Amino acid sequence: MSKTTVVGASPVRVDGLAKVMGSAQYVDDLDFGPGLLHAVVVESTQAHAKLKKVDISAAEKAPGVVRVITGKDFPFTFGLYMHDRYIFPQDRVRFVGEQVAAVIAETPEAALRAAKLVKVHYEPLPAVLSLSDALKKDAVLLHPKLDTYARVPWFYPQAGTNIAHWRKTRKGDVEKGFKQADYILEDTYTVPRYAHCPIEPHAVTGLYDLSGRLTLWASSQSPFAQRNVMAIALKPLGLSHRDIRIVTPYVGGGFGGKAGVSMEIIAAVAAIAMKGRPVKLHWTREQEFMNTSQRQGVIARVKMGVKKSGEIVALEHTLHWDAGASAEYGANVVNAVGLSATGPYRVPNVKIDSVCVYTNMPPCGAYRGFGYSEFHFGLESHMTRVAQAIGMDPVEFRRINAIREGDTLAYGAPMNAGDLQGAIDQVAKEIRWGKPVKSKKSNTAIGKGLACFWKAPAMPPNASSAAFLKFNEDGSLNLTVSGMEIGQGFLTVMAQIASEVLTVPVEKIRVETPDTDRNPYEWQTVGSHVTWSCGNAVRAAAEEVKAKLLATVGRARKLKVKDLYLADECVKSRTDATFSMPFREFVIDGIMQPKGNFIGGPIQGSGMFMPEFTSALGDPATSQGGHPNVHYTVGCAGVILEVDKETGKTTILKAALAIDAGKAVHPELVKGQIVGGIVQGLATALYEDIRYAPNGRLLNPNFTDYKIPTALDCPQEIVPIILETPQPDGPFGARGVAEHTMIACAPMVADAIADAIGVRLQTMPLTAEKVALALRGIDYDEVKGDNLGFCFRGRPCDYSFSIAGQ
Amino acid sequence: MKHITFQLNGSARSVWVGPNETLLDVLRGKLGIKTPKEGCGRGDCGACTVLLDGKAVRSCLILAVEVEGQSVTTLEGVGQKGPTALQKAFIENNVFQCGFCAPGVILAASALLAENPKPSEAEVREALAGNLCRCTGYEPIVKTVLAVAKKTARQSTSRRVRS
Repeated sequence: MSKTTVVGASPVRVDGLAKVMGSAQYVDDLDFGPGLLHAVVVESTQAHAKLKKVDISAAEKAPGVVRVITGKDFPFTFGLYMHDRYIFPQDRVRFVGEQVAAVIAETPEAALRAAKLVKVHYEPLPAVLSLSDALKKDAVLLHPKLDTYARVPWFYPQAGTNIAHWRKTRKGDVEKGFKQADYILEDTYTVPRYAHCPIEPHAVTGLYDLSGRLTLWASSQSPFAQRNVMAIALKPLGLSHRDIRIVTPYVGGGFGGKAGVSMEIIAAVAAIAMKGRPVKLHWTREQEFMNTSQRQGVIARVKMGVKKSGEIVALEHTLHWDAGASAEYGANVVNAVGLSATGPYRVPNVKIDSVCVYTNMPPCGAYRGFGYSEFHFGLESHMTRVAQAIGMDPVEFRRINAIREGDTLAYGAPMNAGDLQGAIDQVAKEIRWGKPVKSKKSNTAIGKGLACFWKAPAMPPNASSAAFLKFNEDGSLNLTVSGMEIGQGFLTVMAQIASEVLTVPVEKIRVETPDTDRNPYEWQTVGSHVTWSCGNAVRAAAEEVKAKLLATVGRARKLKVKDLYLADECVKSRTDATFSMPFREFVIDGIMQPKGNFIGGPIQGSGMFMPEFTSALGDPATSQGGHPNVHYTVGCAGVILEVDKETGKTTILKAALAIDAGKAVHPELVKGQIVGGIVQGLATALYEDIRYAPNGRLLNPNFTDYKIPTALDCPQEIVPIILETPQPDGPFGARGVAEHTMIACAPMVADAIADAIGVRLQTMPLTAEKVALALRGIDYDEVKGDNLGFCFRGRPCDYSFSIAGQ
Repeated sequence: MKHITFQLNGSARSVWVGPNETLLDVLRGKLGIKTPKEGCGRGDCGACTVLLDGKAVRSCLILAVEVEGQSVTTLEGVGQKGPTALQKAFIENNVFQCGFCAPGVILAASALLAENPKPSEAEVREALAGNLCRCTGYEPIVKTVLAVAKKTARQSTSRRVRS
């Protein structure tokens, strides 16, 4: 890699001033004048019921109400990968909190009052609230018309069941592998649902103007994907892509929850119903928990066979996912895990079954980590247990099996570059692995844990990015892209890449959030892929601009382009040290010739990127033959923690995380992802604890009862470590890092708790309550009661992974 | 409806408010003040933090009628003469990510430093414990507040020495 000056530095964020001075606008900050209408939805009280009648007559007559809309007005389905989500339910409701109707009124208060006047007549159906119920023979079906839904070709829904998708990966011969093994361990791990909890709830305002153009101002990670999903869903109304415009100002946190489309389409149809007047839909915190998407729960069975030498010879990994009432996005989480559930290890014989199951729970979707946090909990816990069982140091065991460049992945393609060994070494050193720490207090014990991680972006094979660059008279630049600034620093990183190529300082590059009418295409801001993908597009656009700068000067001054180069915002010459033409002198106005005419004109450029080597067309029975993932980012994390033996409370003394960023375009932002990701990951490991009543109602949809970290809940020390093994097809060698930083948190904590007090917990979260009970010899699963955080009844170890009829 | 008058970011403002309207709704909906954000509407998240007579409060839990005659400061009022030392440090250190919690955090931290110019780390964490941030892991926020407090203390000491 050539030496860089801006890429690899940590300039001030391009959005820093606006966010700190308070001028950064979020959707709810935009004013739409006195004509603005407000929508409030009527929510299902039933987990599963036939919808007999939605009586809106009283609500329609309520003061301030202008319209009430239901599934009769908009009988359409939608979805990102599969059209199994309903704008409004048609014949049945599928979860408590589902939108049955929307009341549109002059004020939010009037809409809320009238929503209570809508009478919904239900005929209850048996609710499918556990994976066992969903998968049993003659199970009640959530989607009897499953086989009729449009979907991407790499999803395999099983008609006549509750299985939305089943990803099967087969490599080598797993039975033969287990026969070669000296030791086999098989066990079950469970991970409940989690909520994203961005501090800004979903909000959207829609306007269907009198010319028939639909504009949505949305808090979204996916403006273009949203436009596409809506254009397909609303086609029966005569709308197409050209008629729909999505404007996305700053987003107050996404974490996957604002990817794809969820509540936004309700605002879209409300606006269509009220042609000519803007309509706002602002989710309450409760709705943010219940009716956007959650992280899926999973029960995973891990069976691993190893040689005495520590070499893994076979892995069978079966995962049953609680997708909730629709799987239009969640099934792709299941798919991603089905391809990658070996973790970052070389395993010759693999059998993975990743099964996406409908339940009458809120729908699930993308959440930072996209399934990898969930499967790493079981897999990495298992790695440590297997190592200990064969008398090997768990870190040494990971070193022996760590994946290397060129190894064959579970689906047959080769592994990309990445320094997992280096990451393990650095983290082991940082937490002084192998040197036990004794607590100075009699009531506490100290333990250490270490876990590896990997993750690939999960995207369709033709997901692409594009960028536009244009010069202004003063030599400053406007860069337009449609990746979203969701906090990660995307806009700054894109400015750095353009700056590196064009020598224009970052502070002279204006780059702002997108508008689908004016900005170039971007698939979505998900999967930690925009630094890599959109970064490549920006670099291509900058190279085009650079070529135009050189060509213009060459032509106007009759110089050879090969002798010219860019430095300090000027075109300079290698053959004439005195020659220097500042960009500001010609990038708009051109260069004057002796006769008074001008050569040149406004200089601008465009670039795009699509990973042309990927393919989702693997064999459905084995996943062999395709190239579904572009690359993996690898890393390792470790923790030192203290457990109070009386209360069970865990205190994190130190956490360290090493990740191979390829090239850290902005090291301070990478470190920001590490610190933020660790704190978010530790919260899922230790105390975020979602609870449902036995009737499927979410019990703790607020920050009083669902605890996310405060400033008082952080590790005493966090050590971020960046490794840089270049990604050959990345911009300046960069690959993504953002989601990865929370993946190792749960297993490393489980390991460290086991190390400290000898208790192995296999059900997340690893709460103080669970630890304290375990220390007293009480199995939490025996006493936990009915209010569960995941779609599972009874003891996890009793769960049967057999599927009726298969 | 009641007509109330109070100081908003240094200027007297008058507005008609209903008996059940929160200060947050009145600021955002009637006075064009958009930096206090609604994150939960029940006092859990702190995104709506404003200063009421210098104290950090949650504007979603205060009825607008209560602020009659009092002084309300929002982030719009903090940087009127350019960024404060705290704001400058937050910008330079790339502290915030999505930025949605930033107005509340900046006001809570400003109120802390006004009352306790030399806080300990524990005091900073305690003072900010009511302002939820899902992005940063709080570390850069806490470090920056401590650094600004230290720098301000050093500067005021050296000023005293010189004079």
